[in-house]
Amino acid sequence: MHAVVVMILQRLALGVLTLFVVSLVIFGATELLPGDLASSLLGQSATPETVAALRRQMGLDLPAPVRYWDWLTGVLQGDFGVSLATRRPIADMLSARLGNTVFLALYAAAIAVPLSLILGVLAALWRNSIFDRVANAGALSAISFPEFFVAYILIFLLAQSGYFPSMTRLSPAMSLGDKLYVTFLPALTLTLVVTAHMMRMTRAAIINLMASPYIEMARLKGLSPLRIVLRHALPNALAPIINVIALNLAYLITGVVVVEVVFVYPGLGQLMVDSVSKRDIAVVQAIALIFASAYVLLNLTADVLSTLTNPRLMRRK
Amino acid sequence: MAVLIFLAAFIAASIPLSWLFRAGLARALPRHMAVVARDMPLTAAFGLWVIALYILVAFFAPLLAPFPERAVVGTQFQPWDSAHWLGTDRLGRDMLSRLIYGARNTVGIAFATTALAFIVGSLLGIWAALRGGWLDQVLSRFVDALMAIPSLIFSLLLLTIFGTTVMTLIFVIAAVDATRVYRIARSVAQGVVVMDYIEAARLRGEGNWYLIRREILPNALAPLVAEFGLRFCFVFLTISSLSFLGLGIQPPTADWGSMVRDNATLITFGDVTPLLPAGAIALLTVAVNFVVDWQLYRASGLKEQG
Amino acid sequence: MTDRSHHTGMTRRGLLKGATALGAAGLILPASYRKAQAAPNKGGTFRIGLGHGNSTDGYDPGLWDNLYAQVFAAARHNQLIEVDADGQLIPEIAESWESPDGQTWIFRIRQGVTFHSGKNLTVEDVIASLNHHRGEDATSAIKQFFDPVQDIRADGQNVVVTLDAPNGDFAYLMSDYHLAIMPSADGRIDPSSTDGCGPYIVESYEPGVQASLNRNPDYWKSDRAHFDRVEILAILDSAARLNALMTGQVELIDQIDPATIGMLEARGVANILSIPGNAHYVFPMDARAAPFSDNNVRLALKYAIDRQQMVDTILGGHGAVSNDNPIGPANRYFYADMEPKSFDPDRARFYLREAGMDSLTVDLHVADAAFSGAVDAGALFAETAAQAGININLIREPNDGYWDNVWMQKPFVASYWGGRAVEDHMFTTGYAAGATWNDSFWSHDRFNELLVQARSEVDEDLRREMYQEMQRIVSFEGSVIIPMNNNFVMATATNVATPEQISANWNLDGFRCVERWWFA
Repeated sequence: MHAVVVMILQRLALGVLTLFVVSLVIFGATELLPGDLASSLLGQSATPETVAALRRQMGLDLPAPVRYWDWLTGVLQGDFGVSLATRRPIADMLSARLGNTVFLALYAAAIAVPLSLILGVLAALWRNSIFDRVANAGALSAISFPEFFVAYILIFLLAQSGYFPSMTRLSPAMSLGDKLYVTFLPALTLTLVVTAHMMRMTRAAIINLMASPYIEMARLKGLSPLRIVLRHALPNALAPIINVIALNLAYLITGVVVVEVVFVYPGLGQLMVDSVSKRDIAVVQAIALIFASAYVLLNLTADVLSTLTNPRLMRRK
Repeated sequence: MAVLIFLAAFIAASIPLSWLFRAGLARALPRHMAVVARDMPLTAAFGLWVIALYILVAFFAPLLAPFPERAVVGTQFQPWDSAHWLGTDRLGRDMLSRLIYGARNTVGIAFATTALAFIVGSLLGIWAALRGGWLDQVLSRFVDALMAIPSLIFSLLLLTIFGTTVMTLIFVIAAVDATRVYRIARSVAQGVVVMDYIEAARLRGEGNWYLIRREILPNALAPLVAEFGLRFCFVFLTISSLSFLGLGIQPPTADWGSMVRDNATLITFGDVTPLLPAGAIALLTVAVNFVVDWQLYRASGLKEQG
Repeated sequence: MTDRSHHTGMTRRGLLKGATALGAAGLILPASYRKAQAAPNKGGTFRIGLGHGNSTDGYDPGLWDNLYAQVFAAARHNQLIEVDADGQLIPEIAESWESPDGQTWIFRIRQGVTFHSGKNLTVEDVIASLNHHRGEDATSAIKQFFDPVQDIRADGQNVVVTLDAPNGDFAYLMSDYHLAIMPSADGRIDPSSTDGCGPYIVESYEPGVQASLNRNPDYWKSDRAHFDRVEILAILDSAARLNALMTGQVELIDQIDPATIGMLEARGVANILSIPGNAHYVFPMDARAAPFSDNNVRLALKYAIDRQQMVDTILGGHGAVSNDNPIGPANRYFYADMEPKSFDPDRARFYLREAGMDSLTVDLHVADAAFSGAVDAGALFAETAAQAGININLIREPNDGYWDNVWMQKPFVASYWGGRAVEDHMFTTGYAAGATWNDSFWSHDRFNELLVQARSEVDEDLRREMYQEMQRIVSFEGSVIIPMNNNFVMATATNVATPEQISANWNLDGFRCVERWWFA
């Protein structure tokens, strides 16, 4: 157990380092983008005088390292600052959207993870059967359609006929049931997008173990194939499966901007893209840090879990 | 409904075709390879002939396409008829011709991107695993940070900074993909470098380049190949998503990702036009991965029947 | 940056760029509209889905720059002067206005108007609202138009504005959408407040998502604002907007992909409104840079474009062919009889030879940020030009930063204008030598001379002649290709009724659909 704690602490420290590098990369990249907040706010009607006045007002005339340092010291004190474009505190702007993003990710994961585990186990169990082939080809086709296109098809089939709304309008007063209903189509879209990867990994990981001697032993004992897969193969195949699940969860949180646009879902992705195009660096940084933290934490969780499921890994160090 | 019937007919037709293709291969190839061909599952045969078909189409595009790639030859959205088998697109260009040229452009770009990502990613990954120490730490931490940035948004940033020529597009997507490849290559290679035969080779005085090329790479190939199959297909999707966000391949070049995007609104009215380029991508994805799966099983020594 | 894509529309330009159509051609409405003409019904929730609006939109009236901000502003604010559906200036918060000499302007402020907060509207509020856009530290997009203003002061119930030189069209500036009248304290408005004296009171607003407003029970206009409630939604994806309208989740959408207008009409669930105006799409060429410095090259390009094909394909027929003329059919002195330029590859080759060239290769930089369909328009242009031996290299630029890095930076680009009510405005801002938005960097002696003369010419016929000569000069010697005039196209649910005449000065009935329209 001790080894796990040490590992978590080590990884958390590395995670902080990762966040720091991310903030540097994002800041640098946003600085390299042509134009700045002042000119993009004024757009086509910008004149040199108004741009200069706006720059002065927002402190954009300070050198980049100074602005980065100011931002960093603020964040270290827990203050994400104020959005220069909307003049609202960034923490306020993000909290509701972060909630929405996490809600949608969990919703999609709650459908996708059990579904892909079941499909993967069944495909491994009946490998090379028609079921296996169809599930495999179906999953591959699903991931090879662009997300927005899957979304359009679902809207055409399920929204135009009136079963589900094509647009997710959330209000704070909504009950959980209503919320699950209006966000069903985006969740289903994301499910289709991530299921294939997890399902294929589940199938591959189990099949990989099917040739090992202890499975052969179990088979010789006359155990039923389902029991062999569930009780003997799956537990040992968990490590790679957990890793893929973590990667896909991270994707559900950080990579869904296109789905947000199509379903008019107010999540973090859209806000990040908007903020990049307005060069609102403080907001971009805040969201990038949230995304990076999600990624780091999910990967850490996956590694801890796979270590726990595999006693040999625990004893190794 | 029509789509389902078409799909069923397609599957029904592809089974005997795959079977014939396999039988043909087994006869045409020299003896030692013919054995491999004869034993391959039907799915792999299907994948192989689809890939062969795509390569042929890409190669002979100018001969096969009834119209030039970018010429406006009709009015907007003409229905399917004898002159334009698949109708025309939003500018009045022949859809079939653009699909055929799209094979050449899309597959070319996807291949170049994936190959670049794999060369850079796997070499760096293996090198890091081999050398270890601070080099490994610096590289790995940097890659970790890059992977923690959502790839679509990161590509968007880079493309806005460096412009949107095909070359930058290839480099940017390859750079983002290379981080993923690096991670896999490194973790696989880490398992290999502790093996005795690497130690033995080192003691023989072999250089790093020799170790990578002759000892590590062959032993790490299987997972890399599996990843290649998926990454290759994801390039289409990335291009498609980028064109959804206003970047992507320069018009008037035909590529499937952008074609899906350009015609996507039509699906709202039940028009199947956008399904064509999307279907072309899906078919290739399925085919490539069928072949990859087959190769993986061959590598893992697990016998497949089929 | 996506914005994406699909991100910018026709309203990026600031002040006055889309000015009014004086005497705009009457719009022929579908029969269902005319039936509903009787007395407007009251009530209902009007939901609008717009292809604009970002999560980064702020509150400052000086920085409103997209259709979302404009409609949201029209729903909660009033200005001094309104432009009516015929393009005429009519009183709003200013009861009346006059100028003895064109240099001093006196606006009489309406009494008894209250803000949503209950505060009484005063002359001081008006002055503070105007001053927000003026002065050294002002950051407003229309700051430069206040440069000639020397002084703004109160005089009893009047606001008196003094200019440094006479300007007969100054009142026109007061109808600009940035100039919302807002409550002030200590001579300053709070630019982050949503308090106004307009038809609807803001209940909630989440930038880039939605705004909800309820009818202002104390609104001073008794014959306006018929809905109980207005909800404005940002729906950036065009398919999502179509679906929202077709599934009854909104009653009005803008920016309809021309390719789908026909299919939408065929569904019978929506009415298409297509309002012709002076708005136009343009390909400016940098007249200082070779090869565009040679007028023969410019003419060759002008004959190498198929204008009718552009109108049919890019606008879906919702527009009209333009003869490289920034003055539109809704203008007073529009030169309708100028000889048209049809697509003529031989003629293009002829001009190319005149320029001493056998063939020509140019780069055309486009992005859909310039106008929706700009990339497609560029592709069509490249195709037709190829038939005339002109090789147009189409370069798609990112939407993000297009106005910063491409427009007026690269020699051959795409852009748009909302058009102007007055010929002088159009020419002075876009074509006079050295003008801020002279995006072709063009300078023509005779044109500049005529521009000054025409301003002070009193003889109507002479003035017409001058403006028509100027249109000829721009068309045949200018450095812009203007292939088409685009209509404002929107779609409504079948139960939405509108007045007979819909304003052509801006999109969505001059942004005022919220207070002018009703449910049948």
